[in-house]
Amino acid sequence: MSKEKKTKNPKVKIGKLEKKDALAGYAFITPWLIGVLAFMLYPLAQSFYYMWFNIRITPLETKFIYVGTGNFSQIWLENPEFPQQIVTYLWQTILEVPIIVVFALLIAMMLNGKIRCKGFFRLVFFLPVIIVSGPVMNMLVDEGAATIPAMNVQAIVTALDSFLPASLATNIGELFSSMIMILWYSGVQILIFLSALQKIDSSLYEAAKIDGGSKWECFWKITLPTIKPMILLNAVYSVIFLSGNEQNSLITMIQAAMFSGTKEKGYGYASAMAWMYAVIITLVVLLFFLLLGSKKDIYDKQVKRRKRQVKKEARLAKKIERRGIRNVKKLERARKKRNYKTYDGEGDYR
Amino acid sequence: MTAKEIIAKRFTKEKFHRFLFGTREKEGAGKQIVVYALLICIGFIYLYPILYMISTSLMNREDLLDTSIRWIPSTLYLSNYVDAAKSMDFFASLGKGILIAGLPTLCNVLICMVVGYGFASFQFKGKNILMGLLIFSYILPSQVTMIPTYVLYNNTKILGTLWAFILPALFGNGLNAPIFILIFYQFFKQVPKVLIEAAKIDGAGYFKSFVRIAVPSAAPAILTVFLFSFVWYWNESYLTELYVRGLTTHSDWTNLVIQLKNFTANYTETRTTTGDMATDLNETIRLAATMLSVLPLMIMYFFLQKQFVESIDRTGITGE
Repeated sequence: MSKEKKTKNPKVKIGKLEKKDALAGYAFITPWLIGVLAFMLYPLAQSFYYMWFNIRITPLETKFIYVGTGNFSQIWLENPEFPQQIVTYLWQTILEVPIIVVFALLIAMMLNGKIRCKGFFRLVFFLPVIIVSGPVMNMLVDEGAATIPAMNVQAIVTALDSFLPASLATNIGELFSSMIMILWYSGVQILIFLSALQKIDSSLYEAAKIDGGSKWECFWKITLPTIKPMILLNAVYSVIFLSGNEQNSLITMIQAAMFSGTKEKGYGYASAMAWMYAVIITLVVLLFFLLLGSKKDIYDKQVKRRKRQVKKEARLAKKIERRGIRNVKKLERARKKRNYKTYDGEGDYR
Repeated sequence: MTAKEIIAKRFTKEKFHRFLFGTREKEGAGKQIVVYALLICIGFIYLYPILYMISTSLMNREDLLDTSIRWIPSTLYLSNYVDAAKSMDFFASLGKGILIAGLPTLCNVLICMVVGYGFASFQFKGKNILMGLLIFSYILPSQVTMIPTYVLYNNTKILGTLWAFILPALFGNGLNAPIFILIFYQFFKQVPKVLIEAAKIDGAGYFKSFVRIAVPSAAPAILTVFLFSFVWYWNESYLTELYVRGLTTHSDWTNLVIQLKNFTANYTETRTTTGDMATDLNETIRLAATMLSVLPLMIMYFFLQKQFVESIDRTGITGE
């Protein structure tokens, strides 16, 4: 038993069957592997290559002119549009994703109770997923169908302006003016939350009720920890959706740069933009991972701490024991050597 | 006891409180009312753009200018729809749109199923790395790979044909394919291993046990992936316009969403060619066009609502 534990990677030859199994696994995923190489990794490398060049397409040939970091300096320093859009994008994503997630959770919680016409409400809340597309959204926003009718956006913005920095206030104003659109983006998230909520073991709630827990406490101590992975999933989904959405003006900008006939822009310039955009998206996703990532919950932590403490104590006890044995031996040795005398308590040394 | 006292005894403050806020066992009526009110309000807000779209698209010009008419048009005015359909070339675009969304979806379903099965039921070296790659390919925005892919398609002459969508889908890199692969992965992990082992003992090979046992049990996942893939392909205008239509080459391929995107230009064009006034483009016609472009999917949703709404439940994304 102990030997097995010690050798973590026993060098056992893989059996024939397992080898065959592994081969079959590779065979099943081969199409995807080829696809990833051809349609993802290769283009990724190529656009990485492109972004150091200024590419000019003439009817006869494609000219690659090496410009080094020229594209980047142009994007960041000479063209004010891209940095501005990035800042707007960041603000919007960071404001909108929590709204979407919290809203979806609220709706899911309400639908999870004993509600009549649950099917109908689910139908309504999922409907936008079917019809959301860039042009439809643009059209609805243009025609003013995307603001909540009773809301006076202008008043909110002026009120916010008085105590918030200007950039934040305008972004929040923007948020209010397209509130319905943001709510529309949470259809899938609602369903994910709903199905996660339905899978929570109801005996947990019963136990909490017997122990005198209120609904509020149940929410914070049972519901939220259980669906925490789903919160992360939904947040990441929302980020990806918002970044690839055609409402996002950054991606239209990249496309425009790709086909613009001017000398400075073109494939290289657009590649550089796209790469930076990808890095920023990845950073945003990472941010949400850090914020919502699966930290071990309190119970696990306590168990770990206790185990560590027990181990420490055991070590200490052993140490003391060893020291005790050593000390006894030392004493005996000393006694033998120098005829060490101890006081016997009766006024005499033996 | 007087009547007053009886009433006072029957309707105590405590009872009222209990009625409104409920006890630990039973939910109070007050809370129920609040929940329903919230749900109905939010539901209305959700449907508001659609209702607005329907009602405005049915108005004629007098109704639009008349401030006393907000929601219900005075007459059922359908000529907006006729005009919009004419300039969108509705039926041709609809047919092409179904092809553009349908064929890649079929490939997507097939290949994602195979790949998901491969990930779920075999152990091989580097599986974790490949799964990581799968998730990475989901996070990576398509804009990064867009330019070289465009060049590639252009060089291989498949730009402006449907192959530009089918080919990536055939190699497991269609639109949102990582999500679908993960759905199938999750689903096939729940298929009992015993079944497949039993098939193996009976002499079925890897492929046969996949086709005969895993695929039939995966019907819910197949349906989900099919529906979502279809809807997402249908609503994708950015990539469709770039690859299948060709942003500069303008092939014949188009779908309703792209037609809506270029609606203003198209409308003016058809109007001037037929000799009518080009200036009568107003919001009623634009909203009628929007309505037309979402109508096919809404009808589909109406018939398949249960499949859509329960889809996420059935795939087991949220774990058992």
